[in-house]
Amino acid sequence: MHETAAPAVVHGPPTTFLSKHVFSLDHKVIGLQYYTLALVAVVTGMVLSWLMRIHLGWSSAAIPGLQVLSPNGAPGGVMTPEYYLQLMTMHATIMVFFVLTTAPFAAFGNYFLPIQVGAEDMPFPHFNMMSFWTTFTAFLILVAAFFVPDGPPLSGWTAYAPLSAIGKNAGPGEGTGQVLWAAALGVFCIGQLLGSLNFISTVLDMRTKGMTLARLPVTCWAWFITSCMGLTAFAVLMPATILLILDHVAGTSFFIASGLVLNDQLVPHSGGSTLLWQHLFWFFGHPEVYIAIVPGMGIVTHVLVTNMRRPMLSMKAILYSMWALAFLSYMVYGHHMFVSGMNPFSSLVFSFPTLMITIPSTVVVLIWIGSLYGSKLRINTASLFALGFISMFVSGGVSGFFLAQPSIDIMLHATYFVVGHFHMVMGVAAMFGIFSGTYFWFPKMTGHMMNETIGKIHFWLTFVGTYCIFMPFHYLGWAGNVRRYAAFTDDFLKPLIPVHQFITVAAIFTGAVQLLFIYNLIYSRFRGPAAPANPWEGTSLEWAMPSPPPWNNFGGHDPIVYHDADQYGVKTASGADYIMQNSPEQALGTAEGD
Amino acid sequence: MATTLPPPKPELLSLPERRQNGHSGGGQNLVPAGGDLRVTQHYSPPASSSAIWVAIAAICMSFAAFTSALIVRQGSSNDWRHITLPSVLFLSTLLLLASSVTLEVARRRVAAYMGGATADIAPSRLWMYLTLGLGLLFVAGQYAAWLQLRSQGLYLATNPNSSFFYVFTAIHAVHVLGGLAGLLRVIRKLGNASLRRSTLDATAYYWHFMGVLWVYLFLLLWLKI
Repeated sequence: MHETAAPAVVHGPPTTFLSKHVFSLDHKVIGLQYYTLALVAVVTGMVLSWLMRIHLGWSSAAIPGLQVLSPNGAPGGVMTPEYYLQLMTMHATIMVFFVLTTAPFAAFGNYFLPIQVGAEDMPFPHFNMMSFWTTFTAFLILVAAFFVPDGPPLSGWTAYAPLSAIGKNAGPGEGTGQVLWAAALGVFCIGQLLGSLNFISTVLDMRTKGMTLARLPVTCWAWFITSCMGLTAFAVLMPATILLILDHVAGTSFFIASGLVLNDQLVPHSGGSTLLWQHLFWFFGHPEVYIAIVPGMGIVTHVLVTNMRRPMLSMKAILYSMWALAFLSYMVYGHHMFVSGMNPFSSLVFSFPTLMITIPSTVVVLIWIGSLYGSKLRINTASLFALGFISMFVSGGVSGFFLAQPSIDIMLHATYFVVGHFHMVMGVAAMFGIFSGTYFWFPKMTGHMMNETIGKIHFWLTFVGTYCIFMPFHYLGWAGNVRRYAAFTDDFLKPLIPVHQFITVAAIFTGAVQLLFIYNLIYSRFRGPAAPANPWEGTSLEWAMPSPPPWNNFGGHDPIVYHDADQYGVKTASGADYIMQNSPEQALGTAEGD
Repeated sequence: MATTLPPPKPELLSLPERRQNGHSGGGQNLVPAGGDLRVTQHYSPPASSSAIWVAIAAICMSFAAFTSALIVRQGSSNDWRHITLPSVLFLSTLLLLASSVTLEVARRRVAAYMGGATADIAPSRLWMYLTLGLGLLFVAGQYAAWLQLRSQGLYLATNPNSSFFYVFTAIHAVHVLGGLAGLLRVIRKLGNASLRRSTLDATAYYWHFMGVLWVYLFLLLWLKI
């Protein structure tokens, strides 16, 4: 036996229904599976937020049917404070892990990363398939917490110990529900580690001829950087969840301190460190913020540069900034723990890189705005959502300046100011990135164009709606409105209830607007006009193949890449203002005025 | 406007043909419209060669997290009770290190076979089976260590030291079992002549890493527990 050439194909065509649509090895199908999972998750998470918002606005109101979901948590349809916290925990966990991580990174990345580097698939398609199905299993395990006797956990998505570690005596859901939560996250980590492994190997090893690193589209870099972050972050969260589960089921004391008395009973654990959980969790937790947002930055840059018809002022600066964000994200996690009793000097140490991390974020935003200035931006739904991303990212990011300083954070910590900050900068901004990517790539993924009119209505109503929801959060925070309270009966909080009612109405309205998006998705999938191969006149390789792409992407031929990804605003012999990456054509000059 | 790459350095033009590994790897045999051959630097290894280092990096991060948990936990309380490590661990450490040696011998013999220096595959398989056997003995040794601790009344939840011992050794053993599965896969592929050198190398790197990781854990447990 001698070392021989490997077959050119990574895997063969699917031959059965199961291998084509369920246990598929095709990165595109896996990407769509991730997207569908994220869609189911976001609807679930949004309904949970509606329930919470209704309770916050009208705390004594009965929500019809809620008692069926949880007879103990919502007797007569009126949720208990504990059940409010349980819904909050599930809302946040579902949104952070199964929407914000899954859609922009795993869904779009799976679909487009191999195509954009010119590969037939990822190098380990079986790992890729396992990655999705472990993630799906994690979702099922998490949602199963709704159906155990005490329901889901109430310790929040951060699951601070000792509340999360003690067991069922700590409150409803803190027994089996919390174990399911930790198990779900552990399994989720496995899925994301497998995915990150594939993403990194794809970029390093699967690039086609001519696709040097310098020629990678910005989205590839964003997914690559996110993979590097995911690899190190989820590798830390998984041990944390293992230790948490052991505290629950094996009687260990990793996170439970000595002498803890609960309900007049001494907790039979000793010597654990409650802060240890916070350290492990936030070492993962802060990079997770960037795992959610960096793919959105890549998507937005990709969408804008295509619609501006000219390159960014400095794509290198954007790439270096994204790397800087990834690097610094591991050095700032302590800013989540300013009020945990840490040494003030430690706070200073974490505050400094926290302020530093605003620099690469600002650089990226300034390049976006500077590049947009004077450009003849093509206004379509994708570019509108890209602009919306910038708006949300800036609005949410500005409040980060305040929170980065320990002296101010001591006052604002655990108030709605923080809730407003992270919802805008991480949640809504990332969602706008997902929307932008969806409107941009839907024609490629399905072979049909989406309805632009409905899309633009969807954008404007969502844009206004999200500001109506999350800007008042900042005001509430300044007014001292603490978070994680199920109702506001204190004298100083009562005057704020109308604000909460306004937010609730805005949340229900904005959520209902998303039905337009879902209608557009489904209608366009079946009835939308046929999409050409390159509807946006893009230059990267996904536009060099039919819509939708065949199972083996480039029809069994390796594309050859001649240019970088941003050949816009050029003069060509054909009269087009762009040159595709796989076109040997050379630019005749720069387009006038650019 | 954006730019294409600058022309390559002259010395790159004489690069040898890339290895036929099934993956293109980027920047290869680039012929622009002008027709001049621009060979940019490009030897891209098979994906498994990169992936194994990525996997090792992730495992390092996990055990770094476990290590930091141990250090923080030790410093946060006064219930840290020293335990004597089971003596069988010294034997299992030797077994794992010996398995790395046998695997390396096997790898060289497979390389000789692939390179055409020998036509006899049997010795390679023998060394691979020997590695597999030593690996299984290592796992058995870890199990014997747990039994030794149990006989002393030290269970998972007895004290933080025993907790960390069981967690560290169990998680490492799970990873070793993954390595054993990899070795079995290599032996199977060796049997049906479908083994790629990169697969063998990746499995070997992983297995050696298991040995290095165990030595680290063993020293950590020895010093801290």
